Amino acid sequence: MQTFHTDLLCVGAGLAGERVAIAAASAGFSAMCLSIVPARRSHSAAAQGGMQAALGNCAMGDGDDPDVHFADTVKGSDWGCDQEVARLFCDSAPIVMRELAAWGVPWNRVVAGRSSYFKGGAQFEKIEKKEKEGLITARAFGGTAKWRTCYTSDGTGHTVLYAMDNKAAQLGVPVHDRTEVIALIHDGENCLGAIARSLRNGELSAYLAKATLIATGGFGRIYRESTNAVINDGGGLISALDTGLVRLGNMEAVQFHPTGIVPTDILVTEGCRGDGGTLLDVNEERFMPEYEPEKAELASRDVVSRRMTEHMRRGLGVKSPYGDHLWLDIRHLGEKHIRSKLREVDEICKYFLGVDPVRQLIPVRPTQHYSMGGVRTDASGAAYGLAGLFSAGEAACWDLHGFNRLGGNSLAETVVAGMLVGQKTVEFLKGRQVNFSTAVIEDAVARQKDRIGRLIAKTDGKENVFSVKNRMHDAIMKGAGIFRNGTDLAACVDELQDTLDAARKVGLSTNGRGASPELTLALKIEGMVKLALCVAFGALKRTESRGSHSREDYPERNDRDWLVRTLASWPDGADLPLLEYESATEVFEILPGDRGYGGGAIIPMPPPAAPGEQGTPSGPAEQTATASTGSTGSAGSTGSAAAPPTQGRLAETGSPNTAGSPHAGADAAQGDK
Amino acid sequence: MARILSFSIFRYNPGDPASAPRLDNFLLDESDRMTLFIALTRLREEQDASLQFDFCCRAGICGACGMVINGRPGLACHTKTKDLPKEITLLPLPGFDLVADLSVDTGKWFRAMYRRVESWVHTDKAFDPAAEEERMDNALAEQIYELERCIECGCCVSACGTSRMRPDFLGAAGLNRIARFMIDPRDERTDSDYFDLVGNDEGVFGCMGLLACEDICPKEIPLQDQLGILRRKMAFTAVKDIFRMKEKGKKK
Ligand SMILES: Cc1cc2nc3c(=O)[nH]c(=O)nc-3n(C[C@H](O)[C@H](O)[C@H](O)COP(=O)(O)OP(=O)(O)OC[C@H]3O[C@@H](n4cnc5c(N)ncnc54)[C@H](O)[C@@H]3O)c2cc1C
Ligand code: SF4
Ligand code: SF4
Ligand code: FES
Repeated sequence: MQTFHTDLLCVGAGLAGERVAIAAASAGFSAMCLSIVPARRSHSAAAQGGMQAALGNCAMGDGDDPDVHFADTVKGSDWGCDQEVARLFCDSAPIVMRELAAWGVPWNRVVAGRSSYFKGGAQFEKIEKKEKEGLITARAFGGTAKWRTCYTSDGTGHTVLYAMDNKAAQLGVPVHDRTEVIALIHDGENCLGAIARSLRNGELSAYLAKATLIATGGFGRIYRESTNAVINDGGGLISALDTGLVRLGNMEAVQFHPTGIVPTDILVTEGCRGDGGTLLDVNEERFMPEYEPEKAELASRDVVSRRMTEHMRRGLGVKSPYGDHLWLDIRHLGEKHIRSKLREVDEICKYFLGVDPVRQLIPVRPTQHYSMGGVRTDASGAAYGLAGLFSAGEAACWDLHGFNRLGGNSLAETVVAGMLVGQKTVEFLKGRQVNFSTAVIEDAVARQKDRIGRLIAKTDGKENVFSVKNRMHDAIMKGAGIFRNGTDLAACVDELQDTLDAARKVGLSTNGRGASPELTLALKIEGMVKLALCVAFGALKRTESRGSHSREDYPERNDRDWLVRTLASWPDGADLPLLEYESATEVFEILPGDRGYGGGAIIPMPPPAAPGEQGTPSGPAEQTATASTGSTGSAGSTGSAAAPPTQGRLAETGSPNTAGSPHAGADAAQGDK
Repeated sequence: MARILSFSIFRYNPGDPASAPRLDNFLLDESDRMTLFIALTRLREEQDASLQFDFCCRAGICGACGMVINGRPGLACHTKTKDLPKEITLLPLPGFDLVADLSVDTGKWFRAMYRRVESWVHTDKAFDPAAEEERMDNALAEQIYELERCIECGCCVSACGTSRMRPDFLGAAGLNRIARFMIDPRDERTDSDYFDLVGNDEGVFGCMGLLACEDICPKEIPLQDQLGILRRKMAFTAVKDIFRMKEKGKKK
């Protein structure tokens, strides 16, 4: 077994991981990244659309500034985000885009003069200013007041990741690819690094670090249908959860995109509908106008996804070997428009479906797309629960996105958070002394060797790892999808708990030698089911609808009781996560209000008892204290799913009333057990 | 009627002393709109859990899934079975270290490549966070993007005769990378600097111009043009440098 030493260990070599590594390396610390795939194949490369920053260079972005960006982000999050973080992010994003330009990103630039653009199928004109020519331009994205999304054609993530990896190579940051972290090393208070398994030969290595960063991206693959890469299975989150100390934030906040293609779930852009494409059912009839007479196909992402699901539930989906789907019809847009303006869609259809969208229908359905939840950190990127552990990017719940992230904000987040968390990590490293206890390290290695040995020897059972994965997929797709309700969620939690039992009895059907894909999955299947349980259980307990979390039995956004963030941790040996709550934001620049889209009723938060400073309505402690008194059962609806905290096989603190400091909350929770 | 596909797949797991190189056969019922990603995933889950191959994005953008499909290097994820005969032979990409079965270490090859060509913007300018970005013509930005679209899948390297004979040959992907920085004004390297990197037989003069690379590139990058421009430019730089050396000699 090999042991490596470094100041900073980044688990993940996507945009977030590499950006933090670059910050540390630039400050003279040693930094290294681990990755399942070569850095440039990280899923960041898949983002095509672009990243938001209020540069305000293009005509349609005129008058944009970080304040407007901030307002869009907070509304988008359905007031679930941390407003201090959103402020930091919006203020820094423009600098980051410029820095990326200096590192080689070929951003599209402003071209002066008259040009046309499409909106809702109709054509409009705009005039770009001469004095802005050659500056970074932007395009339109959903949920934004201005054109703010910086881009390079249809390959933004690709070019930004290549520039980032070039920079990392220039600074000599080593990236150990085909290296998968399977556990963190910690002494109960400090994170000391990670144990990784080689995907070349299956050997284990210990990476010892003064600071460790989790930047492993989204965990979309706990769902069967996801637009995420097949490696996005939450390995980083699993190793964090396995410590029993680290908290995952808002795991129930999962975003679905209306148009993933069937099969393979590759995303086709919203532009199809923007330009006038329609959705058809099994009878090749339009159905969206029936549900949404005004906006039809052009309602917001979450709304369209919900309606599509509703329609398929009524049996009007198209049956296929890959499950039910609907049709996207862009034939009427004409060959010229499709081959030029929707070239990328045309190519996806050609390569992956063998469908010619000029003549044929495109099979689509709502598909898991983005994980708002992740390792809960403070504004500096430090994880709750272990000193020396940080997180950034989609893996983190920093919490810029709350219950719904805006298109273009996540790619930007990876680099902005990467820069800011990078600075904080450097400060942390400057004063950091750690004692790398040999006993702790040896124990961590021995545990992993033992797990591997047991899986190969089938000590705990012979459950087939792929069947367990399928069971998990069935359960979560059914219970914790786009629409949620108490009954289905409770059934989902039950089924996932049984699946967890099965996951603990997995044994290999092969000899597990070398990189062994079966062993690779077997090592994380239990963790994946636990993540699924964090999602489903968190969703069951959150008896309101907010952003992407849509409860049929609790349709209101409940700011009185649920302006809180769920924190999930996993006590050793437990069958369910421990849930605690903290207030969504300590600072209010914008008080909760109507988003201006999506409709839905709001149960308002009580007026502040005493006026706080600088527009802060009340301290977070008072805030959640209010929440606790008005909590569970009184939410106006049936109240049954809000349930007493001790229902079922639960080990949780129930209603959001144990908020306040997460650490204090943890103590209370432990006392509860 | 649905076909039954018959796969012959190269197998060898160097991590298993009991494993020897061979071709294994599998049968699989074809489904609508099936891709090799779906087929291989099903084979692993339903028939042989030890089967190794690489997929990541499964959307033709990350470059992980290059393999030789019925004799031709290509991306498995965007290959539909309906475009193939019912006998399908899959081999790992040649020219790269084998990990196991269909999985090869393209990452290692490309990392070595970008160290050699110093695949980053060379500049003395320090980034000033307070300053406006340097302006660039949009047409030039698009031109750079066109050359930056390479996804490092390695298909061109596998298809290239020179690469097969000369493991240290930079290949079309490496030469294309140089071309990308040459047209980027932010990179302050001169033609002579580039010449030092690629003006040799492991670089641009090793290329025989047979263009298997362009024919095979799944991103349809105009490799032919780039190789041609680069070769002419480097030949010209060579002449210029010799001339300059003579000049210097005269002055002495
Ligand atoms: C199809 C698609 C399109 C998108 N388009 C946009 C867009 O236009 N705009 C936008 O803002 N956002 C977009 N997003 C979202 C955005 O791309 C991602 O949120 C973002 O790129 C995530 O970056 P990251 O650095 O956090 O993680 P990733 O880029 O996913 O990197 C994760 C890294 O962690 C490594 N890793 C994972 N697990 C382990 C482990 N156990 N051990 C070691 N390493 C590990 C991986 O190998 C990888 O290097 C899109 C997402 C998808 C799926
Ligand atoms: S043209 Fe040059 S790089 Fe391309 S395949 Fe032929 S020898 Fe190789
Ligand atoms: S140039 Fe084309 S074939 Fe070669 S590595 Fe890049 S994308 Fe693949
Ligand atoms: S899996 Fe990414 S290109 Fe095929």
